Amino acid sequence: MNKNNEAYITGIGQSEIGKNLLRHPLLLTVDAVKEALDEAGLSIAQIDGVSTYPGRVPQMLGFSPIGADELIDALGIKATWYAGGGEISSQLGAVVAAVGAIRTGQARHVICYRTVYEAAALARPEEYPMQRRDRVEGSAQWTAPFNALSPATWFAQYAMRHVKKYRLTREQLAQIALTDRANALLNPRALVREPLTMDEYLSSRMVAEPLCLLDCDRYTDASTVLIVSAGEALDEVKCTPIRIAAMAGSVDRHSWDQAEWMASYATGRDLWKRTDYKPADVDTAQLYDGFSFLALTWLEALGFCDVGEGGRFIEGGKRIALDGELPLNTFGGQIAGGRLHGFGFAHEAVVQLRGLGGERQIKGNPKVAVATSGGGPLATALLLARD
Amino acid sequence: MRPLPRLDSINRDFWTGGEQGELRIMCCNDCGTFFHPPRPVCRHCLSDHVATKAVSGTGVVDTFTINHQKWHPKMEVPFVIARVELDDAPGVYLTTNIVGCEVSEVDIGDRVQVTFEKQDDIFLPLFVKTA
Repeated sequence: MNKNNEAYITGIGQSEIGKNLLRHPLLLTVDAVKEALDEAGLSIAQIDGVSTYPGRVPQMLGFSPIGADELIDALGIKATWYAGGGEISSQLGAVVAAVGAIRTGQARHVICYRTVYEAAALARPEEYPMQRRDRVEGSAQWTAPFNALSPATWFAQYAMRHVKKYRLTREQLAQIALTDRANALLNPRALVREPLTMDEYLSSRMVAEPLCLLDCDRYTDASTVLIVSAGEALDEVKCTPIRIAAMAGSVDRHSWDQAEWMASYATGRDLWKRTDYKPADVDTAQLYDGFSFLALTWLEALGFCDVGEGGRFIEGGKRIALDGELPLNTFGGQIAGGRLHGFGFAHEAVVQLRGLGGERQIKGNPKVAVATSGGGPLATALLLARD
Repeated sequence: MRPLPRLDSINRDFWTGGEQGELRIMCCNDCGTFFHPPRPVCRHCLSDHVATKAVSGTGVVDTFTINHQKWHPKMEVPFVIARVELDDAPGVYLTTNIVGCEVSEVDIGDRVQVTFEKQDDIFLPLFVKTA
């Protein structure tokens, strides 16, 4: 391996994570940028690329209030490459795009970010209005007329297959939320820092069977930044670089009802084709859990267990606990850590690989981590390594 | 009230076929394959010689959920959201509601038949269980 040809995550940053924050979403983004620059020992003048998902979404500003255009202009970045859009293999696709730019010499240090402001937008609609139309169009027309109005109802149907075909139980699925909530207690920045018991989970009200309220993440205001740097520029960086050892992303049919199966499965399979590492080498898994069931399917998709065995793999919770054989979502995942929308998983993988997890740091000098985003019609997986 | 689709030249047949009691799915005149959502090109052979065709309207529940959440205050719950695979159009799935039975009576593999619910100018293809 010639490190000059590789791409690395260097500085990482995170703003305050909360609900209905008053701080402007551009300032949350700048908070995360500054933290990442400080950690890397870089100045803003050394940044020559910006990548984000899904770019500014004017009709749904809370979902994505700050586009790459605005950040570049606001911070005076001289960008030789940039990208921002939703038509990519889910949130961490923004990192995949940045790696492409770096490996082809178009940039040396790229700020990748995801800013969310959904709780604030819901609380202050006069400032962050949702644009509503009289009629639905595009892909929404195939679900909304049947009152399938939320991703919860779309993912619940995939989860129901696991219930019927593989006998997934609520007690098994509960382990994702229970693990998230236990880990979040040790993360000072986590959104939900209250313990959760199995009884509380089982008595939580149903949203769309088999998913209950505690299987869902919650609207969050926050920004997460990952700086991706070229191997040849690592002498400019003071923090421990984390190599992006392999990447995979896929879309089968970008549809909530026409795809045979979830994109996570093809993505997980492809990831291992592009590396000599094996699932057994992974020290911690940070797997997208906007709905708990997604993390379970990622465990199967990445080959930590067979397809259909996810429920039995996590049963009892010991295996995926902080001191288990495969610590999962050590920051609390999206369910308890906050809906950072994909970027939180890569951020935490880097924290753990650097040994900076504090109270939640996993033991044993971890060297390899996997981080994912999406998992339904779109999916991305990153394999990260500390050399 | 359900959110309704905006009609255009491509989706009109699907959303209004119910007026004649027909479930109309896009089909390729060259290779004979059905596909969905409707588009002016066949996703199997790339032909643009395509048109909608009425299918029998029978199918099977591929998967489902029982929705309990009131996504707006006036929504009546619980109800079943299902993905139905059509007998005559292999590989085509419709998100729909299973109506005319208790929510607890729906299961994967159930045989179903289309029934249309009119709202304004739209005929929504819903499904009922068949014996």
